[in-house]
Amino acid sequence: MLVEKNIKIINKLGIHVRPSTQIADITNKHQSKIVFIKDGLEINARSIIELLTLAAGCNADITIRAEGDDAEAVVNAVIKLVESKFGEE
Amino acid sequence: MEIKKGIGVSPGIGIARAFVLDSEKYRIPLRYVNEKDIKNEIERFEEAVRNATKELENIRKRFLRRFRDDATPIVEGHIKMLQDEHLKTQILEFVKNNKYSPEYAVSRVFRRYVKTLSGSNDPLFTNRIQDINDIERRLLKNLLEERREELTDLTEQVVLVAHDLTPTQTIALDRHKIKGFATDVGGRTSHTAIIARMLGIPAVVGLNNISFDVSGSDTIIVDGHNGIVITNPDEETVKKYAAMGESFSIFEKKLVDELKNQPAVTKDGYEVSIYANIELPQEIQLALKYGAKGIGLLRTEFLYNTPQRLPIEREHFDIYKKIAVQSGEKEVVIRTLDLGADKMEVNNGSKEKNPFLGCRAIRLAFQQPQVFRTQLRAILRASEYGNTSIMFPMISSMDELIKAKDMLAEVKNELRADKIPFNENIRVGIMIEVPSAALIADLLITQVDFFSIGTNDLIQYTLAVDRGNERVASLYQPTHPAVLRLIKKVIDEGAKHHKTVAMCGEMSGDWLYTILLLGLGLKVFSMAPIVIPEIKKIIRSVTYAEAKKISNEVMSFQNAQETLDYLKKYTAQILPQFSS
Repeated sequence: MLVEKNIKIINKLGIHVRPSTQIADITNKHQSKIVFIKDGLEINARSIIELLTLAAGCNADITIRAEGDDAEAVVNAVIKLVESKFGEE
Repeated sequence: MEIKKGIGVSPGIGIARAFVLDSEKYRIPLRYVNEKDIKNEIERFEEAVRNATKELENIRKRFLRRFRDDATPIVEGHIKMLQDEHLKTQILEFVKNNKYSPEYAVSRVFRRYVKTLSGSNDPLFTNRIQDINDIERRLLKNLLEERREELTDLTEQVVLVAHDLTPTQTIALDRHKIKGFATDVGGRTSHTAIIARMLGIPAVVGLNNISFDVSGSDTIIVDGHNGIVITNPDEETVKKYAAMGESFSIFEKKLVDELKNQPAVTKDGYEVSIYANIELPQEIQLALKYGAKGIGLLRTEFLYNTPQRLPIEREHFDIYKKIAVQSGEKEVVIRTLDLGADKMEVNNGSKEKNPFLGCRAIRLAFQQPQVFRTQLRAILRASEYGNTSIMFPMISSMDELIKAKDMLAEVKNELRADKIPFNENIRVGIMIEVPSAALIADLLITQVDFFSIGTNDLIQYTLAVDRGNERVASLYQPTHPAVLRLIKKVIDEGAKHHKTVAMCGEMSGDWLYTILLLGLGLKVFSMAPIVIPEIKKIIRSVTYAEAKKISNEVMSFQNAQETLDYLKKYTAQILPQFSS
């Protein structure tokens, strides 16, 4: 199963170290392969460092693409996290 | 097979696997690992990750105690990043597929992250480069440190390859495991060269990029005679060099056996003494084996090599006593600490712009009187067990000499008060290594029992040349008339006052200058144990009368090269084996 969704980063500081950690916590609990794409740069969303190097600040547009049995679940969980602003401002 | 030419600084042939020492200070070179070592290299990487994580956990605990949990997210982020499975996979793929060393793989992967991040316009993210760099540094530090530890417990014989060797690194060496040295930088008087000759290990320095080009499992031949290093030689070459090494050690052994118990006396019956310089206590055996009549310079810097901690009196005493006892009747000249302020990590002082003209040796001793007193006490106490003398380094004025002697007198009084025995008549001497001291040798000699000329510093201070700087190294000329005049003055003043003048610099162990120094009236030649036989051979092959004639001739020359050519030609005439 392939799932692809677009989303905007809305917390003030963007995907810095702590959000990267939170995202990776979720993606690593799932089986599907998952990547983030921003401005043509594609990174592995299971890796904290890669998430960080995406340099996704506030208002950044990101494509999330997952492939695997639980693709739907992982994408939804990540979107929920992004929309919750990672518990920040 | 690759052949590289450098400067041969310690004779002999060494053949073994390369052991490449990394240094945090230099960029991580592209280095490959052998197929069979990959498993070990991966284990080494994983160990480094574990250790780096442990370090961070400890930092986090400290933070938690002090600041509650406000500051921990950063550290926690670092811990999580270190454990990033994807990061690990990428690094290990480089090791497995490209056969990169873990160090190089780490720096490759991190460099890419930094590049990506620095492309962002958002300062929130470009600032994160610091975090990435920080993690990389911690990982590399742990990788490199582990390799350093390896050096102290080598299980096989190796040729040590490094950019340069620091005193701290050489201190830990197991002489029996090291078959040779090969370094990127250095010259005849660099630390590596001196250590190599001290230990009797073949060495080639000034090889430019050897530490980048050689990898941990290459076989290496070090030819210290011809200044050549061969990487991954073919079987025939190994055979040829093994035979050469064999015949060299037979020749050397013959020379040692033949001359060991012979005096250093000229053909017309004029006798001088040959002493040994030693850097580490265990070299005393080597010195005695090569027939040294005494120890002209016992360096004591090794005692100060444990970072963040100064040696206590007991540690000094145990070592000095042991050496005194082992030397029996033979004189042992113990030089007090000769460190720069920068070398004393306990000192933690600000960095000096010009350390060679800064707070070092006796100057540092005066600023750290307690450190100095501790050493003086231990030397005095050890004097009870053998024939030890004491020598102060880098004296440049009468005031300094008086002050050092006053401190020694105070320590003697303390010992008397404590009823601790010592040799009341211990001989006191100074190094002559600053031009000002040489120029007032007539004054200084009245206050001491002996002089010992330290040519390495004397030359660099007289000619204003840093011998370690390759761009001006050719200006470092031991035969410069200014240097020779200073040496002559110092020797003459000693003779006038019937006091011993020794020389413990590199010049006294270099066969080129032996006849000249003999002719100038030098009485004690102190040198690396390994060169004693050849210097003795030269002395025993000339007459004092001709040496005097030669030195008179040389003193009339106007430049260094003229003297050098003359000495080369003359020495080769009487001893054809020294024509190189």
